[in-house]
Amino acid sequence: MKPRRFNMRSLILNTGSSLLLPLLVLFSLFLLFRGHDEPGGGFIGGLVAAAAVALKLFAEDYKAARDMLRVHPLQLVGIGLVLAALAALPALFFGQSFFTAQWWSVDLPIFGHLKLSTPLLFDIGVFLGVIGAVLTVVFTLAEAEHS
Amino acid sequence: MDLEVLVALPIIIPLLLGAISLTVLSNHNAQRWIGAVGTALLLFSATALLLQTKEHGIQVLEVGSWPAPFGIVLVSDMLGAIMVMLASTLGFITALYSLKTIRKRFERFGYYPLLHLLLAGVNGAFLTGDIFNLYVWFEVLLVASFALLILGGERAQMEGAIKYVTLNLLSSALFLTAIGLTYGLVGTLNMADIAVKLGSVDDQKMVTVIGSLFLIAFAIKAAAFPLFFWLPASYHTPQVAVSAIFAGLLTKVGVYALYRVFTLIFTADTGFTHEVLLWMAVFTMLTGVLGAAAQFEIRRILSFHSISQIGYMMLGLALFTPLALIGGIFYIVHHSIVKSSLFLTSGLIYRLGGSFELKKLGGLYRKHPGLAILFFIPALSLAGVPPLSGFFAKFILIKAGAEVDSWWAIGIALLVGLLTLYSMIKIWNEAFWKATPEPTPPVPAPTRNVLIYFSIGILAFITVALGIFAQSMYEIAEIAASQLLNPAAYIEAVLGRGSQ
Repeated sequence: MKPRRFNMRSLILNTGSSLLLPLLVLFSLFLLFRGHDEPGGGFIGGLVAAAAVALKLFAEDYKAARDMLRVHPLQLVGIGLVLAALAALPALFFGQSFFTAQWWSVDLPIFGHLKLSTPLLFDIGVFLGVIGAVLTVVFTLAEAEHS
Repeated sequence: MDLEVLVALPIIIPLLLGAISLTVLSNHNAQRWIGAVGTALLLFSATALLLQTKEHGIQVLEVGSWPAPFGIVLVSDMLGAIMVMLASTLGFITALYSLKTIRKRFERFGYYPLLHLLLAGVNGAFLTGDIFNLYVWFEVLLVASFALLILGGERAQMEGAIKYVTLNLLSSALFLTAIGLTYGLVGTLNMADIAVKLGSVDDQKMVTVIGSLFLIAFAIKAAAFPLFFWLPASYHTPQVAVSAIFAGLLTKVGVYALYRVFTLIFTADTGFTHEVLLWMAVFTMLTGVLGAAAQFEIRRILSFHSISQIGYMMLGLALFTPLALIGGIFYIVHHSIVKSSLFLTSGLIYRLGGSFELKKLGGLYRKHPGLAILFFIPALSLAGVPPLSGFFAKFILIKAGAEVDSWWAIGIALLVGLLTLYSMIKIWNEAFWKATPEPTPPVPAPTRNVLIYFSIGILAFITVALGIFAQSMYEIAEIAASQLLNPAAYIEAVLGRGSQ
């Protein structure tokens, strides 16, 4: 008996996911950026973003999800880790101890007052790292089913 | 601030390079370049740290400017700096060796990023001054080692990995429990701070219990008797470069943790803890060497010898005199270099002779005299033949044992040395001396092995140099030992600045 193919395209899921996807991605970014002072952060944001790609995988197929991500998920982990590690370095240029948090305030016309910092950079690193790690697992499983 | 950053560099360099290497996973050339140049950079920074620590005493870095004992501190005392230097040297040599021996499909699987991560974890463990952070670094290096261990996915590897993972998880759980109990008792995780506050705890029995938990946890990681069997089950299965760095470094992290914790924190009840250590050391030496005598696969023989040599290092800590600690530290350095060298040589024996089994090998001396010499030097050094580094390491330890009248311990140490020599001669006779057996094993197509010879040659050179310039090594180990025996200096370096 041949194993059953993963081929139950649901019109509802398909349509729903195309609406949900941008919302999920926006929500994950929202979680990421509010994370410093309020509940949220890179880890939880990364999970939501990974869930968005996983939804694409279920609604369409493996290839669509891979195309949506564009890069290999392990590369995403690498980029995330590089950003997180880089967040440790700016303090050195200001004569402070390694990993000391640096804050910069920027006033932008539309956004208003913006607080940029190395913890934010670190969190973005975590965000990308989590997306990459979760999707590596998901894609490996999907690939096993695909072939 | 200025040069304190040196303390963080041995951690941040491999972390950053590992991450960069992961972003270019499909580019094999970039991976190799980052591997070789990156570990060379690491070696450079470790040398700078060692010199700095030797010149200016214990170096402390408060990560993120959070003062001790609240934030995490990185501390480089002489022992930590020596260990980092050792790790970086072996990392560099392994990276060089890997350039020629690691297949492309392992590179795609992430061999180089994992190697960097492993080095970051090991260096982190050597440099941290925070007991929970030590646990985190242990986990970092374990995660990397799990993945490196099963690279290739063969049956024997999986079998070994299951034992390795299970026992190491048990050890981590004990370690974590001990940390929890310590925190409940003194309310701090900074090692220097714990050392200060444990003295004023009423319930000194509890302190000994916690000390024993740490002892068991680290002894498992160091592959000491009786929970050593994960090591011979797993160390001969992975790629040779991986075996070499595991044998050279990973068990030493356990030994280092024992040295750190049982000189800085748990020194109140040495009558109990160090007595237990002494028994463990003796049994570790014996079981390891006897296990090796029964083996006929080169890598398995070497794995069992790793265990017995761990016993010598624990002996140094157990005797707990200045000379014994010097001997122990000398031994750690000597053994890491020699054991990595022997494992790398076993890989070359496989490449040239076609097998790891002694019964199938033979005649290598006639065909490859260079290889024979490269095996002969570290093998004799391991057994403790003068003027190589192993002789001085054993000599210092045995002299230290004689000073405190620990005659039966040194008797066993000498006997184990003799049996080690027996094992090494066994490999020599079987693989190099006897005639090639019929039928000859299929010898792989000849390849250019210059880089491999070169990397093993450096290690062989180091063991000779450590023997000839034993005095310089002795002086460095002496500084390290005196720092270990006077924890006040360590405590002041970490906490002194915070209270000012």
